[in-house]
Parts: sequence; C-alpha cells; structure tokens
Amino acid sequence: MRDVAVVGFAQRQMKEFDGSPTCVELLVPLFAECYEQTGWTRRDVGFWCSGSSDYLAGRSFSFVQAVDAIGVIPPVNESHVEMDLAWAMYEAWLKIQTGEVDTALVYAFGKSSAGILRRTLALQLEPYTMTPLWPDTVSLAGLQARAGIDAGLWDERAMAEVANRSLTDAEKNEYAVRKGGSSVEELLSRPMYADPLRKHDCAPVTDGAAALVLAAGDRAREVCERPAWITSLSHYVDPMSMGTRDLTRSPSTANAAAASDLDGVEVAELHAPFSHQELILRSELGLGDDVRVNPSGGALTSNPMFSAGGIRIGEAARQIWSGEASKVLGHATSGPALQQNLVCVMEDRTAQEGR
Amino acid sequence: MGKQPAAVIGVGQTHHRAKREDVSMAGLCREAIDRALEDAGMTLDEIDAIVVGKAPDLFEGVMMPELFLAEALGAAGKPLLRVHTAGSVGGSTAIVASSLVQAGVHKKVLTVAYEKQSESNAMWALSVPIPFNMPVHAGAGGYFAPHVRSYIRRSGAPTHIGAIVAAKDRNNALKNPYAHLHNEGTTVESVLASQMLWDPIRYDETCPSSDGACALVIVAEDEASRSSNPAWIHGTVMRSEATSAAERDQVNPQASRDAAAAIWKQAGITSPIDEIDVAEIYVPFSWFEPMWLESLGFAEPNGGGWRLTESGGTAMDGVLPVNCSGGVLSSNPIGASGMLRFGEAALQVRGAAGEHQVDGARKALGHAYGGGSQFFAMWVVGAEKPSN
Repeated sequence: MRDVAVVGFAQRQMKEFDGSPTCVELLVPLFAECYEQTGWTRRDVGFWCSGSSDYLAGRSFSFVQAVDAIGVIPPVNESHVEMDLAWAMYEAWLKIQTGEVDTALVYAFGKSSAGILRRTLALQLEPYTMTPLWPDTVSLAGLQARAGIDAGLWDERAMAEVANRSLTDAEKNEYAVRKGGSSVEELLSRPMYADPLRKHDCAPVTDGAAALVLAAGDRAREVCERPAWITSLSHYVDPMSMGTRDLTRSPSTANAAAASDLDGVEVAELHAPFSHQELILRSELGLGDDVRVNPSGGALTSNPMFSAGGIRIGEAARQIWSGEASKVLGHATSGPALQQNLVCVMEDRTAQEGR
Repeated sequence: MGKQPAAVIGVGQTHHRAKREDVSMAGLCREAIDRALEDAGMTLDEIDAIVVGKAPDLFEGVMMPELFLAEALGAAGKPLLRVHTAGSVGGSTAIVASSLVQAGVHKKVLTVAYEKQSESNAMWALSVPIPFNMPVHAGAGGYFAPHVRSYIRRSGAPTHIGAIVAAKDRNNALKNPYAHLHNEGTTVESVLASQMLWDPIRYDETCPSSDGACALVIVAEDEASRSSNPAWIHGTVMRSEATSAAERDQVNPQASRDAAAAIWKQAGITSPIDEIDVAEIYVPFSWFEPMWLESLGFAEPNGGGWRLTESGGTAMDGVLPVNCSGGVLSSNPIGASGMLRFGEAALQVRGAAGEHQVDGARKALGHAYGGGSQFFAMWVVGAEKPSN
C-alpha cells in the first residue's frame, strides 16, 4: 500500500443555508481554503470525488452543478458517490493506491433544511413494505434506543452524559449549530421528543459542506508539517431489515474495527447522530475510557447530511496536525440505525521520520 | 507497489424490457449477478466487495436503494460502494470496481449496475423544476438534437447517416438474445420513414427506455486463472467537464478528447482504428456514432466519422465493428447501459459474445458518456495480459 495522508480540511455547517441545494456557493470558498492550506491550484489535484444525494436536493443530477464549482475547463479526473464524504474519500484513496494519481480533493454537500429531513430519509427504506408506512429517522432511532434500554445495555442517564459532553465540547466549535452543556440532571428534566429520545439525543437538522485533501508520500510531506497518515481504512454494510437485525449491535462497525489497528488510539471522532449510537459505536470499536470521544462536539451538535461522516475524519486529522494526538480515529455512518460504517485510522509519523 | 493487473472473468446481464414486472429491483439485479457469477465459476460467498451503480435515485423513487438491496445483493457483512456519475455511471462503476483490485485492496470484486425505469417515470425525474435554471422540458432527445444539427453542419454529413447507424444496430440486436428491441426488417428506408421527433432525430434513431441490469466479476491476477478466457483490463479513464461554460464544444467535448488521449496512452495504442478490433460505444441517438468515432480518434474530425459509418466500416464485418450487441439504441437501462458497453467489450475479447461475436477480437473499447456530454468513462480490455 502507498502511504497516503489527509493534508487538508475545510467545512461549513449551519442551521439553514440561504442558497441553492447544490451548495455551489459553499463549495467555491471551501476549495479556496484547501488551496490555501496546501499552496496548490486546482491543477495540482489529480482526482476529484464528491458525495451527495439527489433526494436531499430534490432533483436529479444534483452533483452536476456542484462539479462546476471546481471550474472544470480544462476537464478533470472526477467521480461521484451517492454516499457520505467519507466514502468519496475512500474512492479517492483507492485511486491513489492504483498509482494513477498522487493527490485528491474530495467534497460533499447537503441542504437538509430544503425538506423535512426525517421524512425524506424514510425514502431510504425498503420501498415495497417499509417506506409506505413512512417510518421516520427519529422514530427508528427511538426504537433502537429503546431496544438497548430494555436489554439493560444503557439507560437515559448514559445517553444524557453523551449529550452533555458533546454540547459542552461544541462550545469551542465555531461550526456547531447546537452548543452549551448544562448537567445530566437538567438534560434529563427536558421533555421527551420521541420516547426515549429527547431533542438533545438527536442530531440537529444541519446544512453544510466539507472538503478533504489527500496526498501520497512526499506530496503530503511537502504541504503539511504533520500529515495525518492513513494507517487503516475500512468499511462494511449490514442488512437493512430492522426486524431481523439486533438493533443494539453494529456488526459492520465491529468488522471495520477488526480490519483496523486501533491500538493506542487517543482521540475518536464518531459519527453518531443519536446519543445512544455513540454508546453502540464505542462498544463495537472496543474504545477504552481513556479515548477522548468527539472533541468537536460530534454529530449531536452539527450533522450536515453527506458531509458529517467526512467531517469526523477531518476533525480527527486536525488533532494530528496540531500535535494534540499521535493516533486518531474518524468514523462515518450511513443508512438507518447504523447500517453502514467506515473507520479511518490516522497517525503522526514525524517522530519515526525524524522530522 | 504499483497498479495490480485485473481481469473480467464473469459477465452477466438481464433480458432487457420496457417493464420487467416479473421481478423486483433486487430480483433484476440478481438475474445479472447470478449469470456473472456462473460465468466466473464463483459463488457470492467468495466475493470480497460489491460496487453498485445506477443513475439518479428519482428514476425508481428510492433514496440510495443499495442500502435496502444490500442483503439481496450479497453485500451484508462486506464493503459496499454506490457510484453515481450520470449516464456514464455504468462505466464509472466498473472502473471503481476495477480500482479495488488494481489498488491491491481486494482480489474478487462483484459490480452491478441497473435501472428499473418502470418503477418511476424518468421523464418526470428529469423535469423537476430547478430554481434559476432554464427548463429544457424536451427530454434527452431535445437536448442533444442541436448538437447533432451542429455536427451535420460542421461535417457536411448527408442526412441519412443516422439511419444507417440505427438500421445496423437494430439488426445487430437480432443476434443478441438479451436486447430489448428485436425489430426485424429494420432498414435505412424504414428508419427514414419513421416519425421525426427532434429534428434531425427520428423515432427509430432513439434508444428505448428499459428495465435491466448488468454485472461483472473483476479479479486479481492470481484469481484470473479460474477462467480460460479472462478479459484483461488495459486501461481505464474518467473525465468530466463543466456544464455551464460558453466555450464548451458540446459536439466534440474536450473531456471526451482528453479521455480518449489518456486511454490510448494507458493501453499503449497509437492507432486506435488499426489496433482496436471492436468497440462498444454509448450511442443513445444514432448520430452519436459518427460524432464519437471522431472524438475518440477512430476517424478524422469534421467528417471522418460519417464517412466511416457510411462505408460500412462500423458493421459487424467492417474495419471497426461498433455495437455488435445492438448497443444503447437497442437496450437502455440507463444506469446499466455503460456497464453493458464495458461488459460487451469484455465478452468480445473473451470470444464469448455468441452470435454477435467478432472473429478473432483481441482488443476492445468500452465507452460511456453522460449528462449533457460532460461525463466520460472508458476502458480498454484485451485477451492478453497487459505488459505495462
């Protein structure tokens, strides 16, 4: 495998984006930030890949307009996944591994506020027997949370602890759309939203976009003092059927963890749009209590669809760049109730390389 | 570690029809997958990862359908990727699947692309009003007709060239049991007598709207020996250009020319017309055959393409047989159409194309494009392992 690192990251997250569902207006400044971080122009980028959803944009081919944000004359080597940014990054990582290119810029966008998100996501379910019932995302997550409580795996207090820590950490994140911790007791006194979920147990509806820059070997060292070297990158999917899988588990996360070297991870940015999902993820990843989880505040404080997973990788990479951690984990999820999961482990190597 | 060799050892496709009401989306995909696995002599359990491709989700009315399909496609417990790059998606999906092998990440990859247009309404899906965008409301034919007219003006092509392509592809389709259209007795005259839809494109010069799927099994070098006739991947390319730019040449787009230059270089080909034995080119409207022949470098720009078509050079017995399967003009399950081109190219170099086999085909081009001619995906496959 070639050594590939995350060397750039830019994000925008907001409650409501006052612009087009293709977010072209957001992407242009994001690319500019990536160029500034790397000193590159767009001609230094060997491969482009984006992630987005037509159903979120309410139209077909929503990514086509977004491609224009690159300024694609002359033409570019480009692809698109109908998935989160993290999987767009995976495709770019593959492209670099083939040796065809040395650098990539991946981006994703989504304007969740353009519709009623929890209803839009019901269209993601099995179309013949589930979607006609319109089970919404929050209700499905509520069923999952209830299953864990009934099984004695967690309780509302443990969920509130996750929320309180996230809201407190988010105070330092300028992009978080919900922030401000209080106390577990105060959170537990708030009203139910979708029993057993309170509003703070559910990610806020968020608009936004993000971009990550990848580079191989010396191309990474040239532009980044402490590149976040990707040492494991792995993803799996589980069956969707809510009735036949154990909702208190996430086998795809466990599979991704088994395929990764997680020893010594200091910081983990987990994409958990619901508080109890962080508890499932921590357990499946086998993270000890000494691992710092979601210093950014995580998805409970800001969850732009189709970029929130990749933002976890970007936030984790920043921990390496700043020298605050030497081994980090970024995680992304997709589908109802943690159906599909990706794990990206990154490490600092400046010590080994004597730099 | 550089790029690892990869080969196609399984190709499967469905019987393409306007409405496949006998199967669900999962059933449609499995029909293609099961044929591809049988061809490869493999079972789903042996597959390491699955790559799914299709055109816009609005075409079926399901958001990210690969999620509910995961279990039926055999992806549960495995990595699953979903590609969407407009009409070129079938080609792009095959390229992403091959990159999983070429990157050395996996050894046995299954890829499937499909469209079940009868579940929704593609014309509706393409006509949702978009703020601040001029509505086309003309379908793909209305969008591309001005490009064709521009080609005719530039190249001085006689107006019956499109009909030659349509008659050829529809007759080729008679040799392909999977093709959607089996219109016997199609002639240049009968095409010219069909209804004019978007001048100069007549009814018989347009692709049908199909339900269908295509699947490929792509494996690493040490697994390729399972097959007596692997199709080795000699090169892959994707290129995209802007949608909104006044300087775009939509008749012969720069992204197409750049992609062609890159693919010939990768595959070590200096004279495509001499070195490529057979081509499956994405031709949804008849006139795109001569247009792409020129853009791809098989013929001189501004006239070489229609002369090659008119001479019979692209017929089954011509210098460069094009779309022996009947092409997009005979079957168009949109998301799968590009993968069908890639898969048919592989069948040709494997000597497995059946009645529409070109004798002795050793090197073939698979080509797909999408959007308003901004997105291109191509691969070259060969009977021999590439030396590069």
